[in-house]
Amino acid sequence: MNSAIAPTLPPSEGALDRRSFLRLSALAGGGFMLGFYLKSAGTALAEEVGAASPGEFVPNNYLRIAPDGTVTIFSTRPEIGQGIKTSLPMLVAEELDVDWASVKVMSAVLDQTSGNPNPQSAGGSTSTPQSFNQMRQLGAGARAVLVEAAAQTWGVPAAECSTAHGEVRHVASGKKLAYGSLVAKAATLPPPTGVTLKDPKDFKIIGTRVSGVDNPALVTGQPLFGIDVKVPGMAYAILEKCPVFGGTAVSANLDEVKKLPGVKDAFILTGVRGVASGVAIVANSTWAAFSARQQLKVTWNEGGGANQSWTEMTRQAQAAGAQAADGDGDVFVGAAKVIEATYSFPYISHANLEPQNCTAHVTADSAEIWVPTQNPPSAVNSVAGATGLTAAQIKVHVTRSGGGFGRRLQTEYAAEAAAISQKAGMPVKLTWSREDDLRHDLYRPAGFNFLRGAVDAAGKISAWRDLAVTFGGGGGGGRGGRGGGAMLLPPGAGAVFAQAAAPGAAGAAPARGGARGGGARGGGARGGGGFPGGFVQNFSTRGAQVASNVPTTAWRAPGDCTAMWVSQSFLDELAHAAGRDPLEFKLEHLGAGPAGAYRDRVIPVVKLAAEKLGWGAKLPKGRGQGIAFSFSHQGYVAHAVEVTVSPAGKLKVDRVVSAVDVGSVIVNLSGAENQVEGSVVDALSTLMFPALNIEKGRIVQSNFDEYELLRMPDAPAKIEVHFLKTNNGPTGLGEPAFSALAPAVCNAIFAATGIRVRELPLSRTSLKWS
Amino acid sequence: MNYTLNVNGKSRSVDVAPDTPMLWILRDHLDLVGAKYGCGGGFCGACTVHADGVAIRSCQFTAAEMSGKKIVTIEGLSEHGTHPLQRAWCELDVAQCGYCQAGQIMNAAELLAKHPHPTDADIDTAMAGNLCRCATYTRIRAAIHQAAGQSAT
Repeated sequence: MNSAIAPTLPPSEGALDRRSFLRLSALAGGGFMLGFYLKSAGTALAEEVGAASPGEFVPNNYLRIAPDGTVTIFSTRPEIGQGIKTSLPMLVAEELDVDWASVKVMSAVLDQTSGNPNPQSAGGSTSTPQSFNQMRQLGAGARAVLVEAAAQTWGVPAAECSTAHGEVRHVASGKKLAYGSLVAKAATLPPPTGVTLKDPKDFKIIGTRVSGVDNPALVTGQPLFGIDVKVPGMAYAILEKCPVFGGTAVSANLDEVKKLPGVKDAFILTGVRGVASGVAIVANSTWAAFSARQQLKVTWNEGGGANQSWTEMTRQAQAAGAQAADGDGDVFVGAAKVIEATYSFPYISHANLEPQNCTAHVTADSAEIWVPTQNPPSAVNSVAGATGLTAAQIKVHVTRSGGGFGRRLQTEYAAEAAAISQKAGMPVKLTWSREDDLRHDLYRPAGFNFLRGAVDAAGKISAWRDLAVTFGGGGGGGRGGRGGGAMLLPPGAGAVFAQAAAPGAAGAAPARGGARGGGARGGGARGGGGFPGGFVQNFSTRGAQVASNVPTTAWRAPGDCTAMWVSQSFLDELAHAAGRDPLEFKLEHLGAGPAGAYRDRVIPVVKLAAEKLGWGAKLPKGRGQGIAFSFSHQGYVAHAVEVTVSPAGKLKVDRVVSAVDVGSVIVNLSGAENQVEGSVVDALSTLMFPALNIEKGRIVQSNFDEYELLRMPDAPAKIEVHFLKTNNGPTGLGEPAFSALAPAVCNAIFAATGIRVRELPLSRTSLKWS
Repeated sequence: MNYTLNVNGKSRSVDVAPDTPMLWILRDHLDLVGAKYGCGGGFCGACTVHADGVAIRSCQFTAAEMSGKKIVTIEGLSEHGTHPLQRAWCELDVAQCGYCQAGQIMNAAELLAKHPHPTDADIDTAMAGNLCRCATYTRIRAAIHQAAGQSAT
């Protein structure tokens, strides 16, 4: 590995020590077994800056304790704004029984060699459920060794010792020893054979409000992000790609561009694995690269995607919808009331505020990269694919990410940076422009849902059919990520292709569906599972796909983020069709559904949100209440909202009450509330503003003037978050609170105005009333 | 071209193309990376700095336009990171990804300098040019109020 480069970033980065590694394995049937295995020293990562100092106690790869008592905890999960760099170390510190103020948190480089049972990735709100007990055991194991060290020093049984505030105490004699004074002895002791975790009632750190560990650096502008990286000898690069997905660069005025001020090199990249064809410019500053790009003239082979348009895709989706009734049979015959509705939502971008970027230094036999990513192992694959190097030759530094939202699970920008560095023969930082980011994202899938529902004479839902039309099958323009849908359609598209009607399994908490992140999922209905599947008679979903090569991937609460809007809005429509109070109607249908975790957990959050809002208040026209619920990414959430719509159609969300069940423990109360608040406002933003249009195979929008997101004046005045603690394992919060917000607001808009919003974004529907 | 700029109270010389935006001078040439690139068009506010006390989008101004002005970046807002806004941001744990927050703080600092006790409406108007993709707006509002020594209005 090339270790000559001393990055200015990330400043806090250190290596995981190789000397030992703690392996944890969960045993079925309860309880955890702790086992250590020693890792040999001498791997590349052992040379990293930050290797343990002599005299430190290094019980495992995640933790060091210095003789002065300083506790260093390595954060292995990428920080993308979800607060994991703070919350997971809190778990270690809690069980180690040290004061949070004595803890220093450092980012870890990607550990490719350990067989790490704790993945170094961040996605799907999985970090907390996967790591909650692992992190606690890391702390508890180290604590056990320190207790043993003290017990041997005093010649007393370890069982007579206790810990608190970074000290071991012998209760009977009143003796105390600080952890720092025990590290030399602890380092000589064998690992513990088992550990006992704290009773949650004894938690001192878990459940408190802890300010993010990077906050002091963030508010003083210190380098933390990928785009802040600077390494010696580094050049600055751009990559101009074909505006049409799947198009390739044929030729460019490279000789002219190379003569421009500050330009070091310019070349066509094509046929590089994992890299969209384009033209790279390498310069001595970001601005020199951006400026030279203005003079770049490229001849493209736009390929077959150049005829795509959103108008045509919409037409084909509507044509597919015309066949929606084909499979209905006679389930709607004899219903008291039948309603039909078409819901639609556009492609949108992740729009991470930090544009995609990566710094790469590729040599003949090594690559070192600094990358903002949710998925460091994927970055290794991207770089290996682009350069021909092996994974063992690639070192990945994971920086803080300026937003994730699923986008940074894909790492093609790392492949691009590596390919440019390799060809230019120097370290480069590749920076995407905002325009690149909007036009070369992998998007949230667009979709149409054609719904038909019926209520019987008793006011109960008697049938619910949903045809979900997605877009995809065109290979995503040769890009990574997932296609817009699961199956290819014959040319001409539009035919209904699949039956996917199995109702949700009764009983146990529903598993996630198989169509994660891809197209609008069947029916907009199953989502993360649960209602209406298994709760509604004659429920069926089918799918159809319209051909598209627009690349898509996971977008915050993938699938659920649109599916819940559709199903929870339509449920509200059925309640009104039945002439019932929506809350009563929803609770009645949930209560009559199959017993099990879903029913047991979703009903209480619905009731709590409604109660805290003051459901049923008499409001004048123009004001209304709405409620919606979801099970998404293992969390149960209900949002109850109150809105005002002016006669001119201006929406103001006055109040949001969120009831959230993510299990028995909230790790960091501040961070958890922040995730819910952010999910609420992000979901409101996504409801109100963003949409991408496609013409001639190109994304039309280019920057935030055309691609709008919510700004402060439209943020709700008040968001109240209520955590309902239940006897279930703690689960994540990056996504669960997103999906029920938009339907809650739309249901409130209907209550206020009688106008039903069936097309996203909201700006396409006039909310004027008189 | 050579330009002499006053940045965070220090005189700094840079040799850049005349059309180089202040943002990239700060980031690439002066190693002050607190101002962030988000859009390059003045739409997102992530690059906000002060020029003679006025909050500006540094992606929209060149070195020539900034010559003779006192430029303050987030790195120079306070000597030890203890400006009331910086303290409030930490105390209320405002940030999620944090990418926009330096720009938010610089924009808010101008607001408080002009309106020491802003209302919610004052804040909404003054901060409308600063995007937060993580949508931490309610905490930003609260932190500005806290820094102003008042609760929400």
